[in-house]
Amino acid sequence: MSDAPLLAIRDLTVSYPAGAGAGAGAVRVVDGVSLDLAPGEFLGIVGESGSGKTQLLLSLLGLNAPGAELTGSARYRGAELIGAPERALARVRGARIGIIFQDPMTALNPYLTIGAQLTEAVRHHHRIGRREARRRALELLDAVHVPEPRERFAQHPHELSGGMRQRIVIAMTLLCEPDIVLADEPTTALDVTVQAQILALLRDLRERTRAALILVTHDLGVIAEIADRVAVMYAGRIVEQASAERLFAHASHPYTEGLRRSIVDVDGSLPVRLEGIPGNPPDPAALPPGCAFAPRCPYAFERCRIERPPLEEAAPGHTRACFHPGPLGERAP
Amino acid sequence: MWRFLAQRLLTAVPTLIIIATLAFALLHATPGGPFDSAKRIPPEIERSIEAQYHLDEPLWRQYLRYMGNLARGDLGPSYQYRDTSVNELIRAGLPVDATVGTCALLLALLLGSLFGIVAALRRDTSWDYVPMLFASLGIALPAFVVGPLLILVFAVTLHWLPSGDWRAGSVRYLILPVVALALPYTAYIARMVRGAALEVLASPFIRTARAKGLPLGTVILRHALRPILSPVVSFIGPAFAGVLTGSIIIESVFGLPGIGRYFLTGAINRDYTLVVGITVLYGALIIVCNLLADLCYAWLDPRVRLRS
Ligand SMILES: Nc1ncnc2c1ncn2[C@@H]1O[C@H](COP(=O)(O)OP(=O)(O)OP(=O)(O)O)[C@@H](O)[C@H]1O
Ligand SMILES: [Mg+2]
Repeated sequence: MSDAPLLAIRDLTVSYPAGAGAGAGAVRVVDGVSLDLAPGEFLGIVGESGSGKTQLLLSLLGLNAPGAELTGSARYRGAELIGAPERALARVRGARIGIIFQDPMTALNPYLTIGAQLTEAVRHHHRIGRREARRRALELLDAVHVPEPRERFAQHPHELSGGMRQRIVIAMTLLCEPDIVLADEPTTALDVTVQAQILALLRDLRERTRAALILVTHDLGVIAEIADRVAVMYAGRIVEQASAERLFAHASHPYTEGLRRSIVDVDGSLPVRLEGIPGNPPDPAALPPGCAFAPRCPYAFERCRIERPPLEEAAPGHTRACFHPGPLGERAP
Repeated sequence: MWRFLAQRLLTAVPTLIIIATLAFALLHATPGGPFDSAKRIPPEIERSIEAQYHLDEPLWRQYLRYMGNLARGDLGPSYQYRDTSVNELIRAGLPVDATVGTCALLLALLLGSLFGIVAALRRDTSWDYVPMLFASLGIALPAFVVGPLLILVFAVTLHWLPSGDWRAGSVRYLILPVVALALPYTAYIARMVRGAALEVLASPFIRTARAKGLPLGTVILRHALRPILSPVVSFIGPAFAGVLTGSIIIESVFGLPGIGRYFLTGAINRDYTLVVGITVLYGALIIVCNLLADLCYAWLDPRVRLRS
């Protein structure tokens, strides 16, 4: 992966004005994130609910809710995305960077047919006719294992199951042949067997297309299996980043270790959630002064509660934000 | 679909019978009769008039006679306008109200949707505040204030338009009453559309459409318009029935020969057939308009199944 990065995110911050209690400043939901994505790379982002994963992805396309303020930089092939005018963003959205949203039940327009929704983006971006768009869409529906694609075309979203809708959404995103696919927990809203199918599908597609993929999830087990590299997010920041194998074998941030310990491979088959990390993620409006994870961390000491650990290289290609000298013990006392 | 239509039209029949019966009963229960006036009429003439209109028969026979005629579409003679049937009065007046009402509602739908969507898109800017302020005024100001005001400005002062009266087919006579009638509807629709648009524009499927890189116009027209207009459709149905039967105030301010005024004078003069006839017409129009609204609704939203 020595190519110039396809996407270079530097010190990206997303904040919303603090709700009630005017003058309370802004709440940072994504805080100083830096990431690189190489062409064709598969990057996983893991973190608990509320850690800012969705907001991070949305900010790349300028799709955050009204009121969001973005600072920092995200360059796609050298072109700045943060603060870019709507017109420029509209040329990137869908065509260059596609996104698959968290909940397939609400992501599709209930008023329009599947066919219309599938083909409109490719017709717009690639300036092709209805027939050609339809032909490509049918081909892709077949590739994502949608049975009887022709019938699906005339149907509306409510006539399809969640898994089927997510396949449609995936096909819809891939149809424009984007360079980057952002997949925001594409399986959380689905039931377990369908989850496995969709993940298998994403893995297969990776070999077919040459798109880079950022897969967001709160399940480290899922990502360790299929990603090249993994970034772990906590309270809006990246706390650890390494190759998938390395992260799984040598997690050196207590939060990552906690995530890893909460999935255990029982006789090598299904990952079973044994224990979560005690406590809850902090409210981004009221972060502790030091390390945001300190209140839940079994290794935390004085310094962790006062000073915020910077993201530093722990080993080549492995960064982490933690004062603990490591390696971490097998189990917290 | 055809089954649905047939069923709905069949259930309309008993509804209309009940409406007619209630209107008939209420009118006859109020004291006085169509030919009691201050002027003293010789008793024999009064009796001959009453016999001519069957008012000397027992009430149940009058009722059965009326319902029998109604079943054939005959609304009976007007007592007030001698030698004219209620059907003729309606046939003369309804086109006036229908023209003014349809134009007013179309105008209100167009402007109301436009202002509502723009206000939602430019939320909390003057594009939002100014139209919404006017919308509040439009809802609050009664037609008997707005109508004369329009006449004062555009007819009396500027001499651009006639102050009233009606010439079939002439647009000049149409403009002021249409504007006066459309104003409160525009205001109401604008507020309703703004609310719906705010909700729809924040929904995940609009985010999906934007994430595809579609131009804003396409996102709104193709993806947002139908869900935004859905609630308007169920409001427009009954509203349409209302404007078709005429607005008493608009008619009297602009001197329009519609049927709204018959309703008022008919009620005062105990013109039984006229009032019952217009009530039944109004009921029938409401039923038809609601049916059309339901069809429209189902056409807009594919999740809606037509079921009775
Ligand atoms: N429109 C908004 N205004 C203010 N705060 C917001 C807004 N949207 C999200 N947030 C806050 O941003 C934080 C991060 O949210 P985000 O949706 O990115 O989390 P996530 O990591 O995707 O979680 P999940 O796994 O539940 O999807 C949360 O604390 C959330 O409350
Ligand atoms: Mg999320």
